[in-house]
Amino acid sequence: MGAVLAQLPVRTPSVDWTGLLPVLLPAAGALVLLMVRSLVPSRLMPEMVDAVWTFAVAVAGLVSVVVLWQRDADIEAFGGQLVMDRIALFVAAVVLGSVALTAPTLPRYCRRVELASAELCVLALLAAAGAVVMAGAADLIVLFLGLETMSIAAYVMAALNLRRLESLEAGLKYFVLGAFSTAFLLFGIALVYGATGTTNLDGIASYLDTYIVLRDGMLLAGLAMLLVGLGFKVAAAPFHAWAPDTYVGAPTPVTALMASAVKAAGFAALIRVFVEALGTRANDWRPAVFALACATLAVGSVLAAVQSDAKRILAYSSISHAGFILVGVQAASDEGVAAVLFYLAAYAVIAVGSFTVVAALSGQRDDRTGLDTLAGLGAGRPALALGLTILLLAQAGVPFTSGFVAKFSVIAAAVEARSYWLAVVAMVSAVVAAFAYLRVVVAMYFRDSGDEAGTPEQSKPALGLGAGAVIVVAVLLTVAMGVVPGVLESLSSTAAGL
Amino acid sequence: MSALASTSFPAALTVLVLVPAAGALVLLAMPRTRPDLFKPVALVASTVSAALAVWMLAEFDAGSAAAFQFWQQYEWITGWGVSWQVGVDGLSLFLVVMTALIFPLAIVGVDAEHSPKPYYAWMLMLEAGCLGTFVALDLVMFFVFFEIVLVPMYFLIGGWGHGRRAYAATKFFLFTMFGSALMLVAIVALAFLHSSASGGPVTFDLTAIAESQVLATNTARWLFLAFALAFAVKVPLFPVHTWLPDAHTNAPTAGSVILAAVMLKLGTYGLVRFGLYLFPEASVYFAPLMITLGVIGIIYGAIAAAMQRDLKRLVAYSSVAHLGFIVIGTFALNTEGLTGGVLQMVNHGVSTGALFLLVGMIYERRHTREISELGGLQKPAPLLAAVFMVVMLSSVGLPGLNGFVGELLVLLGAFNAHRWWAVVAAAGVILAAVYLLWAYQRVFHGPASGANAETPDLRWREGLVMVPFIAAIVFMGVYPKPVIERIEPAVDAIIAHVEDNVSGFTEPVADVHPSVSIDDLARSMDMADHNGSGAEHSEDGG
Repeated sequence: MGAVLAQLPVRTPSVDWTGLLPVLLPAAGALVLLMVRSLVPSRLMPEMVDAVWTFAVAVAGLVSVVVLWQRDADIEAFGGQLVMDRIALFVAAVVLGSVALTAPTLPRYCRRVELASAELCVLALLAAAGAVVMAGAADLIVLFLGLETMSIAAYVMAALNLRRLESLEAGLKYFVLGAFSTAFLLFGIALVYGATGTTNLDGIASYLDTYIVLRDGMLLAGLAMLLVGLGFKVAAAPFHAWAPDTYVGAPTPVTALMASAVKAAGFAALIRVFVEALGTRANDWRPAVFALACATLAVGSVLAAVQSDAKRILAYSSISHAGFILVGVQAASDEGVAAVLFYLAAYAVIAVGSFTVVAALSGQRDDRTGLDTLAGLGAGRPALALGLTILLLAQAGVPFTSGFVAKFSVIAAAVEARSYWLAVVAMVSAVVAAFAYLRVVVAMYFRDSGDEAGTPEQSKPALGLGAGAVIVVAVLLTVAMGVVPGVLESLSSTAAGL
Repeated sequence: MSALASTSFPAALTVLVLVPAAGALVLLAMPRTRPDLFKPVALVASTVSAALAVWMLAEFDAGSAAAFQFWQQYEWITGWGVSWQVGVDGLSLFLVVMTALIFPLAIVGVDAEHSPKPYYAWMLMLEAGCLGTFVALDLVMFFVFFEIVLVPMYFLIGGWGHGRRAYAATKFFLFTMFGSALMLVAIVALAFLHSSASGGPVTFDLTAIAESQVLATNTARWLFLAFALAFAVKVPLFPVHTWLPDAHTNAPTAGSVILAAVMLKLGTYGLVRFGLYLFPEASVYFAPLMITLGVIGIIYGAIAAAMQRDLKRLVAYSSVAHLGFIVIGTFALNTEGLTGGVLQMVNHGVSTGALFLLVGMIYERRHTREISELGGLQKPAPLLAAVFMVVMLSSVGLPGLNGFVGELLVLLGAFNAHRWWAVVAAAGVILAAVYLLWAYQRVFHGPASGANAETPDLRWREGLVMVPFIAAIVFMGVYPKPVIERIEPAVDAIIAHVEDNVSGFTEPVADVHPSVSIDDLARSMDMADHNGSGAEHSEDGG
């Protein structure tokens, strides 16, 4: 056998393994953790190790991203199936950064809610690996692989809190609707392949550049299916129905990851497929994205304003942020891509920070997230309340926070693409969403604590070093990106090729 | 407009804005165990700003008041063409000085009812935001400051207010945010359209965009409307004013003072700087609309004020009326009207700021603002009554006090531009006298019964806080020349800018030319006011 192989001129594609580190590190980290956890008795290994390992792996991944960013050439692997270009690296940084930010909160959270932290950490790392593959996919099939790797890990994570019925419901809803949307995505891939003869994104782009597709029914149908499939993933209305229940039911740190890393990967895929591969057909999909963006903005902000649960408000506001990011996608320009990337980075930090505060207050069963539980927080825990306030104001788009700069950049991209009305809709919905955030602020500061009977532990839960540090870092990053946005702005512009 | 940098202290304006912000951060970092130190720290920070502002007032070159002085520019977000660019000219100078002076007075004059640390921190943040708005010469920078002032004011109303404070605070925040939401789109659209029409890079530099008018007429009109909406909410103009009475009534005293004296001016100042200057043609086109809204505001505000039972709400509605005068002065589009408008911005800040302080003092003593429950306060508190009288008469527009000068100029300008509207607006002056004098009579005259008879008079500290207000009221009423001298060149430059850029538009002046020159006016005011102020003092004593 060996002799046969030696004679054959088998040429495996050359793979730049270092270029794949942002994918390999989290994937290998997950497998190592899984093996060690199943071999070493748990009494020899404190729970803390899981989170520390996850944090270390994510940081190592971030370092690899920074190193790769310094290289000028794009890194292609597997015969151009996976391309770690600047967009991929930027999104990989957002994904790994979200994992790194979430990890320190896990030990205390898992102990309180009695969750197995090993499973959570393994799945989080696997989801991150899938998300990075999605960001770097240069082929629709690879995109699908990354999406499935990420989604399946996310389904399980959502259902991980076995003691809470809502968590199981969240996982089930997420899984069923996710699988449903995957079917759309696959069908879309098939139709696009049928119309263009390739699944390679560059191939699709150059095919559509070279040939005029006269009977483009199949292509348009494929395009619509792709939009529906990815629309589900980023929770764009009207495909958002799973999101609020899943966000609320899932363990709160998982929700943070879904709002940051999963969302970033979904939008990276949207950019890859629509702006890059199908850029020549922008006139066909831009109106559809316009409608999606309007619907998402309206649904997200209006429904956020009428909720009475902090976690649910944040869930709907996440939908409204998806609408804002779609505004950037709709511009179908490099400026739009840069704006989307900026928004993803800014929102990931804000989302992880906000959900961490909610998680810290959510009690033994991770279900005390009503606005009442926040009552009197401003007086009782001024620092925590101030942190959440800054993060909420950032979500509302108040100046000197990253949220303002992010909104400014998508609005600028939309205006430059002459989508004035979309910009107007986005800004008006921002005002509606601001009402939702102000309700949380009112609950914290302007309403006295209702449950005097609550035990001291309940009204003043210990935050823990990890969660405290995460909130501080999130707030500082949010303000720093708002006051000196130039750094992130130049990074996202470089990534978008400006 | 040209820009002049200061040679002796180039970063003066930047420091002016940053000192209160730094003070707020210092406050946040201070331990909770020393509550006695919060107020002094806040006072020091705001006094440093005030001293700097007074220094700039002295250094300001009146001869080139049309140029931006103390001008300075730093790079901020280079990739988007956004810069940190500051400067003051005759339009903004006195607003800056008034803002910087009124904050320390509000901090000295009113103690925080509870939780002093966040209270003073928010006050200082608010000061930084307001000053930043007045000195910003970059559209994005302006927007950033214009919007950020909502946050501290929101927390001041919600945290230290009375009554339905959460409702009032939220309403205030959402109304103003809605107004400015469209302005952000308009700012971005303006920059992009300007760069594509002129072929230059994208810039948000106010002067660069305003001095090369390249937009299509229709586009400019749409953009003007978006800007005007934001300012109209802030001013507030008639249909979008409903947040103001709620915000004022429920705000703490210092919040009301700042809201009335400074924050409403962000709107009127914006109309001049970012309305007339950026969109001259659209301003001329929409001037009748704006004047109509202003006149409606004058009459509506006056009638609503007359019907209020709450003293603070009365003053709030009187603001709606007074701000209407500023708007009609601005859109009279002639030197008299616009000078009067700018002057009236300062006047209203001084007199209404003082009125709210006094109403706060009455509330502190009597724990009610219901006019029907007050009465005869003059006997137990003669000094309070005298000060209230002077301030109230300044608000009415009595000759010899500052309100008269501004209102007269506004009406002169409006008369030359839109004669009949000026006649209607003049009726507003009479109405102002009606509701304010009537309120004064009900609160201070008559027999003092029950708790009213026990009302303590002004304390030393309160009296000292009122001294600068009274001094400004009398000085600007008697000798407005130095103020007008510095405002007028900038106003002339704006009017000339409008004339240059709008074909067929000439400044509306009186048929018989020249009717009244500003110098004559100032001189005649000089003489008239000696009599007027004499009469005033005799009333003080009584």
